[in-house]
Amino acid sequence: MKAAQGHLNDVIRFSAVDGPGNRFVVFLQGCNFNCIACHNPYTINDCDSCGVCVEPCPEMALWFDGHHRVVVDDDVCTQCDICIQVCPRDSTPLSQMIRLDSLTRQIDEVSPFISGITVSGGEPTLQADFVTSLFSAIKCDGKLSRLTTFVDSNGHAGRDVWDRLLPVMDGAMIDLKALDPDTHREMTGSGNELVLETIRYLAEWDRLYEVRLLMVPGKNDSPEAVAATARWLYDVDPAMRVKLIGFRQHGVRPQFADIPEADPDHMAELADILRTTGFADLLVV
Amino acid sequence: MNMDEFRSRARDIVNDPTLTFHQRKHYLAWLAENALEYPALSTAAAEALNKQIICDLFEGSAPYRGRYILPDYGKALRNGSAHLELDPPTDLDEALNFLLIMYTQVPSITGYPVYLGDFDKILAPYVTDAISDDDLYRKLELFYRALDRMLPDAFVHTDLGPHDSRIARAILRIDRELLQVVPNITLKVDPELTPDDLLLEAVLTVFETGKPHFVNHPLMVRDLGEDYAAVSCYNSLKIGGGSHTLNRLNLKEVALLHQGDIDSFIDTTLPHYVELLAELIEARIRYLVEEAKFFEHDFLAVEGLIELDKFSAMYGVYGLAEAVDILMEAAGKDGRYGHDAEANELSYRITRTIADLVAQRPMPYCEGNNGRAFMHSQSGIDSDLEVTAGTRVPIGEEPEMFDHIRAVAPHHDLFPAGVSDIFHVEDTVRRNPSAMVDIIRGAFREGMRDFTFNLATNGFIRITGYLVRKCDVEQFDEMGARHGSTTFAAGSVKNSHVTERYVKRVLSRESSPRAPQ
Repeated sequence: MKAAQGHLNDVIRFSAVDGPGNRFVVFLQGCNFNCIACHNPYTINDCDSCGVCVEPCPEMALWFDGHHRVVVDDDVCTQCDICIQVCPRDSTPLSQMIRLDSLTRQIDEVSPFISGITVSGGEPTLQADFVTSLFSAIKCDGKLSRLTTFVDSNGHAGRDVWDRLLPVMDGAMIDLKALDPDTHREMTGSGNELVLETIRYLAEWDRLYEVRLLMVPGKNDSPEAVAATARWLYDVDPAMRVKLIGFRQHGVRPQFADIPEADPDHMAELADILRTTGFADLLVV
Repeated sequence: MNMDEFRSRARDIVNDPTLTFHQRKHYLAWLAENALEYPALSTAAAEALNKQIICDLFEGSAPYRGRYILPDYGKALRNGSAHLELDPPTDLDEALNFLLIMYTQVPSITGYPVYLGDFDKILAPYVTDAISDDDLYRKLELFYRALDRMLPDAFVHTDLGPHDSRIARAILRIDRELLQVVPNITLKVDPELTPDDLLLEAVLTVFETGKPHFVNHPLMVRDLGEDYAAVSCYNSLKIGGGSHTLNRLNLKEVALLHQGDIDSFIDTTLPHYVELLAELIEARIRYLVEEAKFFEHDFLAVEGLIELDKFSAMYGVYGLAEAVDILMEAAGKDGRYGHDAEANELSYRITRTIADLVAQRPMPYCEGNNGRAFMHSQSGIDSDLEVTAGTRVPIGEEPEMFDHIRAVAPHHDLFPAGVSDIFHVEDTVRRNPSAMVDIIRGAFREGMRDFTFNLATNGFIRITGYLVRKCDVEQFDEMGARHGSTTFAAGSVKNSHVTERYVKRVLSRESSPRAPQ
């Protein structure tokens, strides 16, 4: 199914941290997980125009339009993020519907400088139709078709979703929060059955660019848990590229402020476990 | 300068405990040269020079060597040199030995050679398959160390590329491992000829030393021909030629002096000062060629290693950012250079106007550029305060990289002798060097001519374009603190301050041309 519009949080024109090479990154609004470690929680939910943010905006860039929807004046907004801080439902009034052609125009402008685009979020697979349309548009455009198309996903999507994306998607970065279903549920609010299935399925199709393991102290970073995860991943694909990421507080919601940041020595220990398991393509950040 | 003043200043140099013997000798020569009368100028030009609206970069009152000289080292190696009593080398050891000797005899404004040759090209005939990678590395490493110790000036420069080679890769690796200021490096990049993995090697070197500088090879070839090199910091000129002089127009001062609207600035005020600078350049060229007769006696010219016909002069501009902002403000507009489309358009109008005027102005002894001076966006010297180098966006005001490139790229076409914009990159890119390769390729696709990257986390600080080691600056910080002297923020470190306080082995003479006051 085609979708001419997507619900966009923001874009970054140059990113060196969202896949191979320099990339244009599209952050879509809306996520089906509610991770304790989420560093951009304002992308989780859609704005319901409750209006809590209108009054606190110091620039008076927010107001209600005639349909009682909160709208923003882009020329006045300074992106101070106060609206995001006061939002009671992990959303933002700054997200917007964006037309496919408007987005491809922006990509076209930047195209000489990038290896490709990455759709992140939020959770991009929630807008799989739009992502498929975007990737198709790129693959069918003479000038843009050299760009690679990547998805940065939590993996919580069924085969039907991936089957739609696979013909036009070059790779995916998948987060695996925990191998243990209970830990996964505690950290994300959801089970991990679909995530594990996604990892297997994309590896089978050779579209699994990278699996990301975010280590949250006291939650999923015991040597035993990491060793089990490493074995499971190794069974799926011993040549898999693994990125081990230490939890940082940046951007995390206040109710999770007591989670400590990852300890570099402990991270080194966990990296050794992955190396010993046999992963050669390992990145620790 | 009267004799008493001369003697007092000479005494200060002779007794300056912070200068090495060679540095004292260099500044004494500079002082002596400046005791001579300046080449004759009109009253208007002399006044503009006096007020530093036009600036000769303190090259001296009586030019007796070209500012930038690019000997044809390939020819020297092929033919040998009668003056140096050296036969053509027959192997790599002899070639490296030959070059080290020759470098000591190459004049320039700094007293050190600003160009060492394109190592990958001039050494290629001697790097046979019989030399293993390890042997090549060892031989070049010793040579490289000698360059830094024997030629201690941050403007000594070599070029590599656009083709891949064992030599280019070895040099980049040695640069990463030795972490020397000298030599500075430029990589010539051709989208067809330069492979991604050579660019990756270069990017890895940027992470460690801030080198190399990157130039758009096809664009340079279009303007200068195949035999060109980027030298010093960063000036692109013809091999076997060079630049007699580099003088520059302070666009900020011109804008401040202007009264009237933008059109009258473009039509009247700017052309007036453009001509005054041209007059200054012409007077300096004539002195060098006709009075000092440099090209009649220097062995490089006598042996055909440089040819007057390949020389030109460099017409520098700086302070464009301030000029644009001043003119915009006077017109009641608040757009700023680098950020506002109208301000950017004005900046292109200014540089196009200058380029057109320079292209119409005959210049003697500039056959290297069809009898005209080369346009150059000049990257500053240590005494520049509150005026931005060349056509750059002011430091700290740069927009995000994509907008930055888009804003400055249209200038690049107009400056065959170099622009040298600087892009600041985040440390995260260390984990994804191919992202830098994408940006380099993109910037050249957009028509940029040359640029360099700054990364906050290597051991070097870029001043106006050249590099100093952080450890040298930190050493100064300690000394400065002990002596209770002026303190300064790391971000505004000027190399001159460093050199003024304690004996420093590596100088940056092009940027600090004058004796310490």
